[in-house]
Amino acid sequence: MSSKVIQAMYNDDDILMSAVKETRSAHHHIEEVYTPFPVHGLDKAMGLAPTRIAITAFMYGLCGLSFAIWMTNYMMIQDWPQDIGGKPSFAWIYNMPAFVPIMFEMTVFFAAHLMVITFYMRSRLWPFKAAENPDPRTTDDMFVMEVSVDGNEKELTSFLEKTGAVEIKVTEKH
Amino acid sequence: MYKFSKKLKTLSFALMFVGLVGIVWGFMNTPSTIEEAKEIVAKNSQDGHGSDHVETVSTHEVVDSHGDDHSASHDEHVFHQLQNRPWSALYVAIFFFMMLALGTLAFYAIQQVAQAGWSIVLFRVMEGITAYLPVGAVILFVFLALSGMHMNHVFAWMDPELVDPTSPKFDHLLDAKKSYLNVPFFLIRAAIYIGGWILYRWYACKQTLALDNAENGDLKHYKRLVGASAAFLVFFLISESMMSWDWLMSIDHHWFSTLYGWYIFAGMIVSGITTIALVTIYLKSKGYLEYVNDSHLHDLAKFMFGFSVFWTYLWFSQFMLIWYANIPEEVTYYAQRFEEIKVPFFAMVVMNFAFPILILMNSDYKRLPWFIVMAGVIVLVGHYVDIYVLITPGSVGAQWKFLSPEVIGSALFFLGLFILVVFTALTKAPLKVKGNPFIKESEQFHY
Repeated sequence: MSSKVIQAMYNDDDILMSAVKETRSAHHHIEEVYTPFPVHGLDKAMGLAPTRIAITAFMYGLCGLSFAIWMTNYMMIQDWPQDIGGKPSFAWIYNMPAFVPIMFEMTVFFAAHLMVITFYMRSRLWPFKAAENPDPRTTDDMFVMEVSVDGNEKELTSFLEKTGAVEIKVTEKH
Repeated sequence: MYKFSKKLKTLSFALMFVGLVGIVWGFMNTPSTIEEAKEIVAKNSQDGHGSDHVETVSTHEVVDSHGDDHSASHDEHVFHQLQNRPWSALYVAIFFFMMLALGTLAFYAIQQVAQAGWSIVLFRVMEGITAYLPVGAVILFVFLALSGMHMNHVFAWMDPELVDPTSPKFDHLLDAKKSYLNVPFFLIRAAIYIGGWILYRWYACKQTLALDNAENGDLKHYKRLVGASAAFLVFFLISESMMSWDWLMSIDHHWFSTLYGWYIFAGMIVSGITTIALVTIYLKSKGYLEYVNDSHLHDLAKFMFGFSVFWTYLWFSQFMLIWYANIPEEVTYYAQRFEEIKVPFFAMVVMNFAFPILILMNSDYKRLPWFIVMAGVIVLVGHYVDIYVLITPGSVGAQWKFLSPEVIGSALFFLGLFILVVFTALTKAPLKVKGNPFIKESEQFHY
């Protein structure tokens, strides 16, 4: 099913921010906003649910930490114990200080990479995917706000013009 | 204008009084003869504490073992350690509260030089906290001068016999450091550091007050302030590093670490920022600082979190390299701490690392005042124990006792003095600076 949307274009992030606030307080439904760069505070202005990526990052970090502990124990204590600098290698805990940098790096590595992968998956971004943005100029210097039309096309168009939109287009969205 | 509440003033005097009682008790209970010292040690070993001290490694015992009769020299050594105890406890408190003001001053200068927008509404709070610096640093200088006059033996290297080639106690390692580690030069250096810090604080406060009364758009005083802060930071980073060698590292005078200055700096700045946060939250709870919002607190808590991790990073870097290399002259420092003062040593790592990282990690918690207060109190106590662990093993060795009247008394006395000086200073100027070109950004700051 397709629905009618109005795409209002802005050429400044501050104007966009105030337009988003006005549109929301006028009880129009914002479908999506496309911007060439992350606009600080836009998610709050749009009323999006807070991100949960920080929680996943913490859990990925714990996974990395556990993996590093298992890995150092397997490599350095169980599989091939070596006498390095006269340090005891009978138990993992005796050699623990030497493994702290590895534990730290693995924590960061897991948290960073898995967080990026999670972000791509949640944003439905994968290689060779067709771009979703309605206008190529949103990757350059334009900001597009998509507002759904509910039989009030005329009224909405004049409202959006007043919010500072430089261009307004009514299209069908699939 | 802030008004020093009667309740808080009474509290500060009460703390000072209770602290003074503890300090006096500590000095009254030090042994005055070697026989008394033996009695105290015998009593303590019956209590189950300190009974294993005979076998432990101490940098000073190496020196003393040159004596003919080891047992007699050991008794004398313990006697000196016990005599040092109240002095050492006093020194920990003097240094710690001076460090809070100095760390705040450094943070303040960084904010000025960076021309940071968010922190301007907190400048007067920082200036109030740094008002303790002249008081605390002068008390510290008096303490160092008393040590130089051999009133106490916190700094073992000050003993002239150690550099006397004819003495049986002659220490050739210390003799090689004589040109740097000698009492007159030590005191001259201390005077230069302290003088420089106090001079900057005085000048900066003068300029912000002048800026308050300056005409709109007159940036003369502002530019002077930024310039002076930049010059101060250069002076501070050099003097802070040397100060840490002089006032803390030299207590274990055979041991050295090139990371030490940074390590002390990390502890200093995190304690300073925590103090700013706690004073800000207190003033806000009393209805002042209405323009300070939770985004300002959030930023302070972020700094507390970040610098706690930075402190741990330096603590661990210093420890791991020494542990891994296992060179005898370096490793004795940690061997002594692991054997003699294990509980405070590990407790403070937990308090300064595990607690802040777990409590302050969540973004929402950094905006809750009671959460910041809880984390802040733990961080401050943790860094107090950190300073205690830096000083005490070198000055009193196995005779340490953390939960004793002199240690707690010293802490309470200087806490009371700190509160009195800081909150008196806060009444002297309006709590909000004027004339700073970025003040609007600070008032409207939001995350």
